Amino acid sequence: MSRAFLALLARDLRLALRAGGGAGLGVVFFLAVVVVTPFAIGPDLALLARIGPAILWIGALLASLIGLDRLFAADAEDGSLDGLSMLALPLELVAAAKGLAHWIATGLPLVVAAPVLALLLNLAPASIGALTLTLLVGTPAITFLGLIGAAFAAVFRRGGLLVAVLVMPLTIPVLIFAVAATGTALGGTVPFGTPFRILIGLSLAAMVLGPVAAAAALRVARD
Amino acid sequence: MRLVVENLACRRGVRLLFAGLGFTLEAGRALIVTGPNGTGKSSMLRLIAGLARPEAGRMRLEGAPEPEDFAEEVHYLGHLDAHKGALSAQENLAFWRDMLGRPALTVAQAMEAVGLGGLERLPVAVLSAGQKRRLALARLLVAERPLWLLDEPTTALDVTAQARFAELARAHVEAGGLIVAATHAPLDFGPSDALDISAWRPARAAPEPAVSA
Repeated sequence: MSRAFLALLARDLRLALRAGGGAGLGVVFFLAVVVVTPFAIGPDLALLARIGPAILWIGALLASLIGLDRLFAADAEDGSLDGLSMLALPLELVAAAKGLAHWIATGLPLVVAAPVLALLLNLAPASIGALTLTLLVGTPAITFLGLIGAAFAAVFRRGGLLVAVLVMPLTIPVLIFAVAATGTALGGTVPFGTPFRILIGLSLAAMVLGPVAAAAALRVARD
Repeated sequence: MRLVVENLACRRGVRLLFAGLGFTLEAGRALIVTGPNGTGKSSMLRLIAGLARPEAGRMRLEGAPEPEDFAEEVHYLGHLDAHKGALSAQENLAFWRDMLGRPALTVAQAMEAVGLGGLERLPVAVLSAGQKRRLALARLLVAERPLWLLDEPTTALDVTAQARFAELARAHVEAGGLIVAATHAPLDFGPSDALDISAWRPARAAPEPAVSA
């Protein structure tokens, strides 16, 4: 069973990294958002440093949603999903493997790029550390919540908008606590650990609920 | 092992495609399902594979670990080949071999058996339709499953490949396997039963009375 899980993980990663797989798309979008922002806001360094974490997180949130609409839809269209739903490996773990592969291909590069891009927004070193940590913990939550929208996109055979509409509201708590945790690094009465622990909790809950809900959505489609 | 289908009915949208369909298929036999287009051959295979839910009826695979829920005992080969064009033929087949479990032939042996030797490293996107179909058929050989559900298995295959596949199917049946194949082509899968699905089409329902008596 773990062999199948790893095979699916490896296949999806390979597909994402091959030409046209779209792994780099998220990072490029993230880069575009962050680079454009200082031009729009103006050369006020103090303001940039204050709103920087929020900008970076909005960019990461939107970048994480890119490609989710094709996650199950591509497998549904070429018939792979039929095969994937007849295995000893339960559909929940199929969804989890695909989610994990999607996070490694799109979420993890955002975490790696964030410290560099944070310099463009004049973030203090402490903020950069906090931001990177919140992205590492928070982006899996977005991807795994996104699995639900991805499953519906495959079921209804029309994706893009549906994923954004379904998934965005679910990701708002992640955004709130992630930006709050980053903000504590600049001082304030709340310690970093308080919002950060809630963020960890949200992420763990999403990793369990996302695949289960996605598998349920895919099963309903069989009727 | 024995596949028993009782009183199966299938509805697509508002149309009842067939109702009351039943058959028993013994191990070591193939069932050739025929019928005009749109009569529910593919739908019946999807029902047996557990990929759709029947309107009515029951199916069981006697002798399987879970006779009522036997999707794991089934190779389902539909119209779609389930390949990824960006991956090589070898990668596609190795992926399904790992996913399906209970390995039988190796990837190289299976590719050789369907006549794709030498094309292992080519991306599937550049293969011809017939070669893609052969690769899909190779999937039947890399993992061991007693029941094969084949939907137009020989589409796009040339005459030699059709004969070669019939040979593989006969070997599966001789080894005690079961095959249910929907087809328009005359296939020789060894000892076979025939099922004309249009015989199970329900009589056109009388228009419902507007006012009940």
